[in-house]
Amino acid sequence: MAWNLDSDRPIYAQLLERIQMQIVAGIYQPGEKIPSVRELAADAGVNPNTMQKALSELERSGLVITQRTSGRVVTEDLEMIKETRNQLAKEQIDEFMKRMRNLGFEKEDIIALLKNETGGELS
Amino acid sequence: MSELVEVRNLTKVYDKKKTALQNLNLTITRGKIIGLLGPNGSGKTTLIKILNGLLNPTEGEVLINGNKPGPASKAHVSYLPERTYFQNSMKVRELIEYFTDFYEDFRPERAREMLASLNINENDRIKTLSKGTREKVQLILVMSREADLYILDEPIAGVDPAARDYIIRTIITNYNENATVLLSTHLISDIENILDEVIFIKEGHLVLQSTVEDIRMIQGKSVDSYFREVFAC
Repeated sequence: MAWNLDSDRPIYAQLLERIQMQIVAGIYQPGEKIPSVRELAADAGVNPNTMQKALSELERSGLVITQRTSGRVVTEDLEMIKETRNQLAKEQIDEFMKRMRNLGFEKEDIIALLKNETGGELS
Repeated sequence: MSELVEVRNLTKVYDKKKTALQNLNLTITRGKIIGLLGPNGSGKTTLIKILNGLLNPTEGEVLINGNKPGPASKAHVSYLPERTYFQNSMKVRELIEYFTDFYEDFRPERAREMLASLNINENDRIKTLSKGTREKVQLILVMSREADLYILDEPIAGVDPAARDYIIRTIITNYNENATVLLSTHLISDIENILDEVIFIKEGHLVLQSTVEDIRMIQGKSVDSYFREVFAC
């Protein structure tokens, strides 16, 4: 399948994350129309009802808006997109920190390693 | 009126000694894609054949839209059997005409569109097609009806992974929102993402009817892994 979903987590949550990611990354631009549920479901190889559920959740969060004439579009609220982006970044960092701690690194070690990796640009 | 199929106390015994289904009770609602899953010999095909009126129950009954299997139910059920049943000498075009004649709800333009997208020539004879192509033609015909219930017996068993993806897309894009697709398979991992619900049957008994998301949430594993656990030999 094109969307590469994990087999042990609820599908709807993964669809939600994936579309969020595409909005944050600008693959779907602010104000841009999102394909229909059927098209997205076919593309992802998932059940249309599951895709519907993911899109409804995005609507509830406000990231996606339903317009009577043009279907679903991405919000034009740039602040909201930025917030979502920061939230996703925080999740990535938390996950990274957890893994590094599992490897036995303390916070200071991790920061030092990151500095080293990025040529000291981190301060 | 949301109950599309009712299976009540259904028992099927072959030759007075071999029990294929035993006191099975099921309700199938509209607007779903449902996987009928079970190991070999669990009664999947027997159930499917009863739903299509090809076998009679020993006891109990099945109702489709409130009707017992017969002309009234068959007008709204589109069935893909395990094996292809086409006349080898027929051309693809003749099959389309045949289906158009036979089923009021058949949409030839939809079938033609799908055949064209797969570069299947309507003037080819069935016998000149590969096994995989034959299966695709049959699925295209079955999915080109505007049925209430599509019953697909092992729709992806004999085709390569790319063709499987095509078949899965065909199922997703062609059933309408009030219709239900009931499909049997043992290739669970290939198909579980498109299912709303699964029905597990074992030795003619219902083991479980659940949504896919519930299995993932409650069991923390895929339907495929859970199936292996439930039916471990």
